[in-house]
Amino acid sequence: MYIKVNKDLCSGCEACLQSCPYDAIVMKDGKAEITELCQLCRACLSVCPEGAISEVKEAADLKETDQGKGVWVFAEQRDGKIAGVSLELLGAGKGLAEKLGTELAAVLFGGTADDAQELIRWGAEKVFHCNDPLLSTFNDEPYASLLSKLIVEQKPEIVLTGATPIGRSFFPRVAARLRAGLTADCTSLEIDNETKNLLQIRPAFGGNIMATIFCPHARPQMATVRPRVMKKGEYDASRKGEVVAVSAKGITSRTRVVETVKEIAETAINLQDANVIVAGGRGMGGDKGFQLLRELAEVLGASVAASRAAVDEGWIPYRHQVGQTGKTVGPKLYIACGISGAVQHLVGMQSSDIIIAINKNPEAPIFRVATYGIVGDVHEIVPLLTKKIKDLKG
Amino acid sequence: MRIVVCIKQVPDSAEVRINPETNTLIRDGVPTIINPYDVHALEAGLQIREKTGGKVTVLTMGPPQAETALREALAMGADEAVLLTDRTFAGSDTWATAYTLSKAIEHIGADVILCGKQAIDGDTAQVGPEIAEFMDIPHISYIRKIVDVSIDRLVVQRLMDDGFDVIESSPPVLLTVVRELNVPRMPSLKGKMAAKKAEIKKMSAADIKADENDLGLKGSPTQVRNIFAPEAKTDRKMLEGTAEEKIDTLVKELVGLKCI
Repeated sequence: MYIKVNKDLCSGCEACLQSCPYDAIVMKDGKAEITELCQLCRACLSVCPEGAISEVKEAADLKETDQGKGVWVFAEQRDGKIAGVSLELLGAGKGLAEKLGTELAAVLFGGTADDAQELIRWGAEKVFHCNDPLLSTFNDEPYASLLSKLIVEQKPEIVLTGATPIGRSFFPRVAARLRAGLTADCTSLEIDNETKNLLQIRPAFGGNIMATIFCPHARPQMATVRPRVMKKGEYDASRKGEVVAVSAKGITSRTRVVETVKEIAETAINLQDANVIVAGGRGMGGDKGFQLLRELAEVLGASVAASRAAVDEGWIPYRHQVGQTGKTVGPKLYIACGISGAVQHLVGMQSSDIIIAINKNPEAPIFRVATYGIVGDVHEIVPLLTKKIKDLKG
Repeated sequence: MRIVVCIKQVPDSAEVRINPETNTLIRDGVPTIINPYDVHALEAGLQIREKTGGKVTVLTMGPPQAETALREALAMGADEAVLLTDRTFAGSDTWATAYTLSKAIEHIGADVILCGKQAIDGDTAQVGPEIAEFMDIPHISYIRKIVDVSIDRLVVQRLMDDGFDVIESSPPVLLTVVRELNVPRMPSLKGKMAAKKAEIKKMSAADIKADENDLGLKGSPTQVRNIFAPEAKTDRKMLEGTAEEKIDTLVKELVGLKCI
């Protein structure tokens, strides 16, 4: 497929130039022209007042694809503990499987027979389980090789995993090997009613805008999904399913995990379990500003978090970062102070129950997701709020 | 040791703004830089060269303007720079990008390949591991420390959510690095002068003997269907009045919701 400008219809109004996020439209002899930078996002189609821009289908677009069958969730375990995001994906995967009229399966490397049953209780109809010791500890090559082998044999149409260090490291290898499309860090998944393609929604351009990605031909459709953005399915202790034993015969590795060392970063764990989070951004202005946040956090019994801007400024360590490249959190109360609200940040906190935004710029995008918005100077508002709550608690 | 560092030219701020009226990106006047993670990868490459000897090649795929990023890398101390540029590369997703880079690296020759963990514009973290797969070599992600490196042995620490893993391997290998690995050096004045005059080697699709069906938009399994601005909440309340009054209202609301 490609995008074409009908030069006879083009009036040279340049409306399409602004609409293109890729700078792929140029004016040539007073008419718009699509350059090779075009990513087929179709943003320009609707803005042309003359209807001069259209998509042109090519033979390859009409080619039938062997869709495959089944929705798979790679269930990540570390030290025998199944990752929360894997259970969330079983919840989301169930919805996708129902829409497609297909089955939901989990893939488990390492772990015990009971872990496999647990995945069934969380919604999997089938579990492909390999308990070979080679796979008990995460290692890219054997994980990628065995999952690729299973996919080639079974031909699932969708394969999902959590956007964790593990999923983000070995899924790309699988996608490269299978010539499959892989979308990173999705925050939402849908099925296109007409084509049955998986629509993978993720923040793009540093997180300032959302993009819907799809794979028109390649199968399986693969995606990593942010933790804590999907809801877990229903746990049913009596649910029965099939466990398929998978052999790791012939799987080798050129890397060896010598040791795994735990460093309990308390704040990192606190953040994801916190009921109340006080977060600061560039608007806090520096260390002194963050001191105000710590005081507010103390009276609320909250954890302190930050946007990428504040972390990049060096005002607070990386482990406090919330957002696309930091942690995803979902507290009861999230107080965003001096945070403008780039999507990069929003995707990490917008599932919070109540969001309070304090920012001096009334146009700041953070107000778009806020439950309560206060336009004002954080250096005035935050200490006032701290004092008020302190008084209230006596 | 033959060291290849893959870099990407990105907009300086990851926080490129959106025009709220037209929902389009405002990119005018945003300068470009080397992706910050890639600068740490380059520093790691230079440190490995200092230890084992050898050559550091920086490689990027992009439009002719990406030459600026390569010159910055040369100024930091890279020995040579290669720009992969060809109209057929345009529209590449991570799969096609990694395929193209892997073909170029095979052409250049490498024992250790270094990449940043991810680029700050796309944030996918996919290209590094995919290059390794195309080249059929192992990769190790999120390197926070290189404990030992030589032509026949490599020991590194991989950063994980709950700590780190110590991993052993041997070249050829691809590593993706995180920021805590090192503190990148500043380019020297002499380096800057030399970089200005240095020759940038250019490679096209024909030079790397790539299959054109695997390049650019044509070779990309994923496509962008549409882009849109995130939705606004409908039930939000903007609090009015003086600062005192706003806080009073807020605290009352929060008490009502049993948040405090």
